[in-house]
Amino acid sequence: MTVKVSLTVNGKPASAEVEERTLLVNFIRDSLRLTGTHVGCDTAQCGACTIHMNGRAVKSCNMLAMQAEGADLVTIEGIAKADGTLHPMQEAFRQHHGLQCGFCTPGMVMSAIDLVKNFPDPSEELIREQLDGNLCRCTGYHNIVKAIKAASQTMRS
Amino acid sequence: MATPYIGASIKRKEDYRFLTGAGNYTDDVALPGQTHAHFVRSPHAHAKIKSIKKDKALKAPGVVAIFTGDDLAGAKVNGLPCGWLITDVNGQPMKEPPHPCLAQGKARYVGDHVAIVIAETYPQARDAAELVKVDYEELPAVVRAAEARKNGAPVVHDIAPDNTCYVWGLGDRAAVDKAFSGAAHVTTLEFLNNRLVPNAIEPRAANATYSRADDSYTLYVANQNPHVERLLMTAFVLGLPEHKVRVVAPDVGGGFGSKIYLYAEDVVCTWASKQINRPVKWTADRSESFVSDAHGRDHVTRAELALDREGRFLAMRVTTTANMGAYLSTFASCIPTILYATLLAGQYTTPVIYAEVTAVFTNTAPVDAYRGAGRPEATYVVERLVETAAREMKMSPAEIRRRNFIKTFPYQTPVALLYDTGNYEATLAEALKIADVAGFQGRRADAARRGKLRGLGYSCYIEACGIAPSNVAGALGARAGLFEAGEVRVHPTGKVTVFTGSHSHGQGHETTFGQVVADRLGIPMEDIDIVHGDTGKILFGMGTYGSRSIAVGGTAIVKAVDKIVAKGKKIAAHLMEAAEADIEFKDGAFVVRGTDKKKAFAEVSLAAYVPHNYPLDKLEPGLNENAFYDPANFTFPAGSHICEVEVDPDTGTVSIVNFTAVDDFGKIINPMIVEGQVHGGLTQGIGQALTEGCHYDKESGQLVTGSYLDYCMPRADDVPAFKVGTKETPCTHNPLGVKGCGEAGAIGAPAAVMNALTDALGVRDIEMPATPQRIWRACQESKMKKAA
Repeated sequence: MTVKVSLTVNGKPASAEVEERTLLVNFIRDSLRLTGTHVGCDTAQCGACTIHMNGRAVKSCNMLAMQAEGADLVTIEGIAKADGTLHPMQEAFRQHHGLQCGFCTPGMVMSAIDLVKNFPDPSEELIREQLDGNLCRCTGYHNIVKAIKAASQTMRS
Repeated sequence: MATPYIGASIKRKEDYRFLTGAGNYTDDVALPGQTHAHFVRSPHAHAKIKSIKKDKALKAPGVVAIFTGDDLAGAKVNGLPCGWLITDVNGQPMKEPPHPCLAQGKARYVGDHVAIVIAETYPQARDAAELVKVDYEELPAVVRAAEARKNGAPVVHDIAPDNTCYVWGLGDRAAVDKAFSGAAHVTTLEFLNNRLVPNAIEPRAANATYSRADDSYTLYVANQNPHVERLLMTAFVLGLPEHKVRVVAPDVGGGFGSKIYLYAEDVVCTWASKQINRPVKWTADRSESFVSDAHGRDHVTRAELALDREGRFLAMRVTTTANMGAYLSTFASCIPTILYATLLAGQYTTPVIYAEVTAVFTNTAPVDAYRGAGRPEATYVVERLVETAAREMKMSPAEIRRRNFIKTFPYQTPVALLYDTGNYEATLAEALKIADVAGFQGRRADAARRGKLRGLGYSCYIEACGIAPSNVAGALGARAGLFEAGEVRVHPTGKVTVFTGSHSHGQGHETTFGQVVADRLGIPMEDIDIVHGDTGKILFGMGTYGSRSIAVGGTAIVKAVDKIVAKGKKIAAHLMEAAEADIEFKDGAFVVRGTDKKKAFAEVSLAAYVPHNYPLDKLEPGLNENAFYDPANFTFPAGSHICEVEVDPDTGTVSIVNFTAVDDFGKIINPMIVEGQVHGGLTQGIGQALTEGCHYDKESGQLVTGSYLDYCMPRADDVPAFKVGTKETPCTHNPLGVKGCGEAGAIGAPAAVMNALTDALGVRDIEMPATPQRIWRACQESKMKKAA
């Protein structure tokens, strides 16, 4: 059985016909060809697929595309400004070398933006605790934590 | 002009695309008309395959084709080769059982490939795979290295009835035995170096396409060395003409060794793309990665260190059994031998060393290189022994190390390596300072008042990077060269494209190599692009592993740049009507020495491509050079790690309160990138020590730790903010003076953590990963001992 899913992605309407069992992440990657959202596991542990849905960070591998019907999604492709200027969180990751292979990065950035939204002035300890849902195998988290701390300051000012 | 590029923390060129979702990983590649593959894998650790019925699956919606081992055998597809021949203690070659791309007759580990199901969509392939009926006759399995050679153990391969691949030795056994008999003190440890799953966050993937138009193939694959992948696949497995196969490893989401190898899936997708005349795409899910990626480590070791009364090392004796898994992966055989036993001298003057390594087959996934590859295992042996000896002899761990450090270079070890340079006292002294070791007793007392146990542990590691030279490696059994290739293409306008055989999957080569070229050519980095990962573009390459990229790949680029400059001087001499000997290249311009006459780099490149005023009788037009570089020796990074832990004896939880790493990587091109490599390596090393353990059930051979819910990857709150520092003794045999930094953290950290933990608990040893349960148990046992 297929079903039509219609929603808003990065400010634009989008729709596609998918099988009912299609996960939201596959809908985003395969139907919409927005391949910045990644799949790193099959148990909702790694967070590489994190997007924003109705203003909240969610793991898009952990829900069906149908469940997002009518929702307002933002993926990593929708974070920088239209002219290509990076969001302060993206810029902080670049400045502080918060990424290496780049695979976990989109999910990290999406989680981090949500983190700072919820905790505008996070301590290092809180950042580490809040990053529990995102795995990175390259950076040892050191520079990711630094980047989020720095971005939280920029985003407040 | 000073060199603004070397030693500068320049922000990475690759970051913009990764931060905006514009990276292009293998699973992002969508080819027109592509089909999707799913592999039927053995659910049993060891089983006879009596029959495979695929008729029902073939009728399932969307199914295009299904192939099994019989199909591959019928098409004369060979098995996967092993790239290193080890010769055993009796001069016999190692046992090399066939490694079929799809199982033939028998499945030998959980996850062994049995069939490929190809369909229009991935869910269809997966559904149909459920309908492939494989009739298995289950056989008893052996999974642990220590049990593989026991009488009556299940036999994995008929050609190795005792499950032994080889018994190999290095060093002077008689001299070691003699030194032990006269020793004042002997420290002995027995331990397991725990099996790990590399777990790059990007799962392995392949997308292969065949073109009837010119009988050629293109394979997109998540791989660390596309030319090696192509060479092995064409020459050894598929028998295809090498020039008809293009292998592209686009953006690759981490490797850590696990993407060095030629895997069965890559071969089968490539072969099948011709059979069905459509692209075949496969991406592993994480569960598949766990069962089918090559794993790392898995050693059982007994190690002894003989000392004199003053704590000077007299001899070391090491006996290791290494688990190879069910088949020999691409470089499996050289990891616990050439890259392990040769490192057992560590930073010390131990005069005689003997190591004996037995490699065994078991019913588990193949084991091969994982970040450090043999060197973490060697460092663990040496540094756990040294620290334990210091405790037994009531010496300070720093002092026993200082007393035994190698102080003069070059230094020939008793285990075949020639260290060119190093300064071990300098890194240790700096680490002691940064870690505030002087204040440790105060912190320990404070912790004790809070009911917590503090411990301090050291690890002074040595690493050997950029395995070389090729002829020596060849004499030791390598079946491949170990050089690297680079090409520098100067465009008419003076812009530059550099092609490198090194592959970047997180290391930032596009930035670091760009800095090297910008420095040498005196032109802005914006004018330089680094291209890697495509056999269709790059002349050749041996790829990225063993922290070799800057030392070997970087040097190949430097050599090509030198040729560009040499040719540029000839052109400039002609343009300025000067003698070639009078031309010097400085700050991006060719200058007639002692005059103000000069030609900018772009003027010379333009003359090379618009050769109107040009010495055509003596010089070819164009400005494009390539170079192959085969190093004279390994490079030898080394460093000192100091770890401080605090244990809560009531819960067994441990926190790393302080981790200091002071490394000597020789000259550093980009400190920011180097520090990032250290942080990542340390975290994987800490993961090995405290959280990660790959576990197969002893009876059933099932992988018990097959997901991120069971296999504990370090998360942000498992590791501290690191304190890192560097000392610099330049490598003496490459023009950049560089050594390599990719693996150091993973090599040094496990011993530092475990030395700290055993210090905190007051125990001799505790098994890795030291989980809260194991620590709590150790606390209870020592409590009971004290009470008794």
